[in-house]
Amino acid sequence: MSEPELAHAGLNLGNTGALTQDQAENAIFGFWIFLMSDAVIFALLFATYGTMIASTVGGPTPASEFKLLPAFVETLLLLTSSATFGRATIAMKYDEPRRVLFGWLGTTLGLGLVFLALEANDFATMFAHGAYPMRSGFLSSFFALVGLHGLHVAVACFWLVVMVAQVCAYGLDARVRINLLRLGLFWHLLDIVWIAIFSVVYLQGNIG
Amino acid sequence: MTVSVPLWPAMLGRFGWQDLPFVRAWENPTISEIIGAFAGALVVVGAVVVAALLTRYGKWRYLWTEWLTSLDHKKIGIMYIVVAFVMLSRALVEAVLMRMQQAVAIENPGFLSPDHFGQLFSTHGSIMIFFMAMPFLTGMINYVLPLQIGARDMAFPWANSIALWLMIGAAGLMMASLVVGEFSTGGWSGYPPYTERAFSPGVGVDYWIWAVALGSVGSTMAGINIACTVYKLRAPGMRFMRMQMFAWTSLCTSILMIFAMPPLTVATLLLALDRYLGFHFFTNDLGGNMMNYANMFWLFGHPEVYILILPAFGVYSEVVSTFSTKDLYGYTSLVIATMAIAVLSFTVWVHHFFTMGQSANVNAAFGIATMTIGVPTGVKIYDWIWTMFRGEVRFTVPMLYALAFMMTFVLGGFTGIILAMPPLDYLVHNTLFLVAHFHNMLIPGLLYGMLAGYQYWFPKAFGFRLDERWGRIAFTCWVVGFYLAFFPLYVLGASGMARRTQAIFEPSFRPWLYVAGVGAFVLLAALTSLGIQLWVSIRDRAKTRAEAGDPWDGRGLEWSVSAPPPEYNFAVLPLIDGRNPFYDHKHDKGQPDPYASPAAYEDIVVPKGSATSVVIGLAAAVAAFGLIWEIWGLTIVALQVIVAAVVLRSLGRDQHRTIPAAEVAREHEAWLTRVRATPAIPRQLETAGVNRGLAEIVA
Repeated sequence: MSEPELAHAGLNLGNTGALTQDQAENAIFGFWIFLMSDAVIFALLFATYGTMIASTVGGPTPASEFKLLPAFVETLLLLTSSATFGRATIAMKYDEPRRVLFGWLGTTLGLGLVFLALEANDFATMFAHGAYPMRSGFLSSFFALVGLHGLHVAVACFWLVVMVAQVCAYGLDARVRINLLRLGLFWHLLDIVWIAIFSVVYLQGNIG
Repeated sequence: MTVSVPLWPAMLGRFGWQDLPFVRAWENPTISEIIGAFAGALVVVGAVVVAALLTRYGKWRYLWTEWLTSLDHKKIGIMYIVVAFVMLSRALVEAVLMRMQQAVAIENPGFLSPDHFGQLFSTHGSIMIFFMAMPFLTGMINYVLPLQIGARDMAFPWANSIALWLMIGAAGLMMASLVVGEFSTGGWSGYPPYTERAFSPGVGVDYWIWAVALGSVGSTMAGINIACTVYKLRAPGMRFMRMQMFAWTSLCTSILMIFAMPPLTVATLLLALDRYLGFHFFTNDLGGNMMNYANMFWLFGHPEVYILILPAFGVYSEVVSTFSTKDLYGYTSLVIATMAIAVLSFTVWVHHFFTMGQSANVNAAFGIATMTIGVPTGVKIYDWIWTMFRGEVRFTVPMLYALAFMMTFVLGGFTGIILAMPPLDYLVHNTLFLVAHFHNMLIPGLLYGMLAGYQYWFPKAFGFRLDERWGRIAFTCWVVGFYLAFFPLYVLGASGMARRTQAIFEPSFRPWLYVAGVGAFVLLAALTSLGIQLWVSIRDRAKTRAEAGDPWDGRGLEWSVSAPPPEYNFAVLPLIDGRNPFYDHKHDKGQPDPYASPAAYEDIVVPKGSATSVVIGLAAAVAAFGLIWEIWGLTIVALQVIVAAVVLRSLGRDQHRTIPAAEVAREHEAWLTRVRATPAIPRQLETAGVNRGLAEIVA
């Protein structure tokens, strides 16, 4: 920890000037703690799902409802969106032209929206099969877990739009930078949670 | 007609005139209903009187700009504690009503209906935990922690204010349940399936769910803020092992909040999904499993016990050290014990439901883990005793609370060991033995600690001391009242009397219930004494001024600034070179004088007040109110207001104010001049009128 820039929790902004380490450090560190508490919420919903996976009460089962292909496409979309968001962060760090930043942010937003559309389609298909959350404990826990993740992605998309408005209004001042860094962390967390959902819910449902 | 029919349900939801306690009391004038109507009237009249007084004295603007919208951690802390005292008053009166009912309802229906009694124990528990204890300790941490670690504010002042307003909004819902509708009868833990819509269709459980959910979100935010403040905002040189014990216990409490509040949020929101949308998490049918609720609730509930107790441990550490005139004995062991308690608190939650059918091996593991927590707690008790040993102990009010705590808490710990053994737990579970046990832990382990801290730090916050005599009277009533009210419950519980009983059919319980009833009245007298103490102290404040800021010859950094401290806390951020920098500096002539003028001043940036946090907290309560009464439009509008407020705040700039160095210099130098004119007093005279807040230095 002798290098001061290593003390920074998050993307190193050392050579960009607009933001001091101190400013970024508190804000980003606090957001990491928030993400931890958010992760606890997801952990509990995973645990609930785990205990209720067999509570199908004669209704739809994981094997009958979970399609691997759309889930895999959704995974690729989200993973790609994390990469594009990472690229947007680098564009911010090195003060690349504004259109580059907006281009990558726009791509990220698009991927997020397509993800949400596919997920909504999954849900609609399940509803059409009679697989709705009121049917059984298993479906309640599935929709709570995956639905909450979807809600997070929707919030993140809305946040991204607000951030684009902020960049337009203020340029990349210190607060905009900090908030973009926070949104990036949030976005990547949703990716990680989705990987867990893909493994625990969809893979287990198809293979397990 | 075609318009008015759909309009009323949209505006009033499921409200009907029967939901007003006044109407119920009019139609069915039993004592139980009249008490309910009286309580509702008290809330309404109280609100009207406060509003009228504010208007009469033209204080609305002052209240709004200086307090409600303030982001200053000190004002936020004080507002938290005001909420705690208001809610304490209500919940204590409810406790007295319940004790009265049980004292008269021996082979007799008594004066409270079963439903009303159920609401009373549910509100009493929910309020005492979520809306008395949590705001009290959060407020105390908010006020003291930044001063102790040499910070100018919390890490996130705006989030701090939102957390406060979520708590106020949630407490407001509790109060609203007295005036419109009813409250849950499902106890403070709200176990399904009883709290599912099938068995509790009314608004009561919904009030409970949303009040607790808002409170839990507020507490999570508070926890994140406190942890980040400790990790990132310590003054130069303030290493972890140089922090005051209260700062350490604040840190551990905040870590527990971050991990333990989300399970409560999840448990309550999943219950809400069951109730509102017909999900099957905890229902009896279609694959629901209430054990998931029990596990999640106590995954929160047990760490919560330590969230409540650890800050009090911190207060006792400060108080015992200060009033024994000695360094804290075994500082390192106290730090380790605090951390050990924080970690172990996550390993014991199953002991809240030993009887719910898991295997004996599981119970044994959790029973042993439970007993293990007694070890670090014992370390702490010994450390405090050794701190007093051969010290020059001054029996001030905070010290008296600390002593009463040590005696009483140990007794409660012993009964905890009994309950930690699953076979014994089977005998006394769900009896008054348990009720006696947790009151025996939480009254000394939380309430006494908070009251000690209130008396100890009050002169710091307001610039004058609290009346010592009324403090002692209140202390005596709290202690005598506690023993009278709760030790009989051990006997009753061991004799098999179930908790939450509205009527009793065993005449031999009568004498014990009478004693407990007397105890409840003594506790009410204790609360009244606190009120009188505050009144007397404000009246006589000219005689107890302590502006120099150090009335108790204190050790921590908080005593080195004026009382009340300036908005920016420290004119110049202190350099920390030891564990008791202020104490060492003032007592050691070789060290720099803490009252010397600093070499230079700098501009200080402080946050401006913000109305958005008030709007967010209150809109959250309105959204919850709409959900409770199924006025969906109201909820949608309120949620949009929240989103708009968050976005507006993020788009705002110019949210800080710079206090120029010259102004800081002028204020600080003026204070230093007054300090130099203040007579230093020896510790023996600290409760006398001559104490102006400057401690005499004995060579």
